[in-house]
Amino acid sequence: MVPFAGYDMPVQYPAGVLTEHKHTRAAAGLFDVSHMGQVTLHGAGLAEALEKLVPGDIAALAPGRTRYTLFTNDAGGILDDLMVTNAGDHLFLVVNAACKTADIAHMRAALPKGITLDYLEDRALMALQGPQAVTVMERHLPGAATLKFMSWQNVTVAGFDCFVTRSGYTGEDGFEISAPAAQAEALARTLLAEPEVAPIGLGARDSLRLEAGLCLYGSDLDMTTTPVEAALVWTMSKRRREQGGFPGDAVIKKQLTEGAPRLRVGLKPQDRAPARGHTPIVGDGDAPVGEVTSGGFGPSVDGPIAMGYVRADLAKDGTALGLMVRGARRAASVVSLPFAPHRYHKG
Amino acid sequence: MAEVYFTKEHEWIAVSGGEATVGITAYAQEHLGDLVYVEPPEVGKTLAQGKEAAVVESVKAASDVYSPVSGEVTAINKSVVDQPGLVNESPEDKGWLYRLKLSSPDELKALMDRAAYDAFCATL
Repeated sequence: MVPFAGYDMPVQYPAGVLTEHKHTRAAAGLFDVSHMGQVTLHGAGLAEALEKLVPGDIAALAPGRTRYTLFTNDAGGILDDLMVTNAGDHLFLVVNAACKTADIAHMRAALPKGITLDYLEDRALMALQGPQAVTVMERHLPGAATLKFMSWQNVTVAGFDCFVTRSGYTGEDGFEISAPAAQAEALARTLLAEPEVAPIGLGARDSLRLEAGLCLYGSDLDMTTTPVEAALVWTMSKRRREQGGFPGDAVIKKQLTEGAPRLRVGLKPQDRAPARGHTPIVGDGDAPVGEVTSGGFGPSVDGPIAMGYVRADLAKDGTALGLMVRGARRAASVVSLPFAPHRYHKG
Repeated sequence: MAEVYFTKEHEWIAVSGGEATVGITAYAQEHLGDLVYVEPPEVGKTLAQGKEAAVVESVKAASDVYSPVSGEVTAINKSVVDQPGLVNESPEDKGWLYRLKLSSPDELKALMDRAAYDAFCATL
């Protein structure tokens, strides 16, 4: 167990990171992600109000649909990344554990008076991920298979009142299940009793998301990184890119037109040595050109993988770069993300 | 018959004559978890007691292995380079990391025998 954002979290269960990772890609893994912040917004003009804080298109988000977006600051930097669901009469947000206090304060200060923010401290969050997650869910939520990627339903799972989203952080098909905290243990035990399901710790959660090319806030994204630099322009619709109206819109629009000075890329080391976060990335003559922000070993890739930021002119796939691991240059190349193909249920 | 000593950093060293074999203990591999990369020292390199000799990496983190004694590296275990999991499976036998020729055998006096090491682990 390790301390993480004020919670005691398991890095791994007895099976170990490698086995847990491979199990998730082959069958189904259950992740306790109750540390994440769950928030609802009620009131009139919700989409318009939230769009003043995020560059994502909330107005175009249909009822029952979920979208990945970002809180930005006036410099165009990212304050947090989050999921927003249009739950019909309200918005349901899931934010990072380490950022939730700041996010809630930020929203309370910025949202107009008519909008009510509720922090759902009494709800747990679990993720069931992997190719067999849908088979397991069908047993407890008949019809689960028809839910499409990034869709949401308020339903009863195994008798418990849940918010279920077809989404996750592994690149696999799967579900995120918000349940009342008092019933979370019973729900977890119910799901873990299924033969396909194994418990998965933080270690494998990190290696799975890295293989899927997904960002970890605090490592790959921070207040000094813009959505353009982070290669997250896809989270902004054409309307939002053109109209702006979110913090840092001028900076972001300028980068969209003129290009960003640096970009997030995938990096594949050529030998077996993992390059960890903060490993310097070098170009010709070992000149520094960037830094690894997430790096390690990809169990499904069966080799080292990394993500990092490089000078924009070096961000093209196939660019040969060096990684300074323990003071020695090791060859790597820029590769497109993800390392492991996404297997979402797009319907 | 080799004599085996242990360090507080969880390395073992099996000494036979003027040569020794070094690896990490069962306790160490269990706490590191599944190893995915092993970088032994280069043959011919001179190692100093207590200084970095090798690197072992799990999915999550890299850890240094410190040389239990000073000496010159005479061999490395290529099997663990190709198959890092061998260190998890057989840490104190097939998962050895390197061999060295001792330059200061007196350094062994500062190390623990198995009983002392087991007692040390029990306090952790």
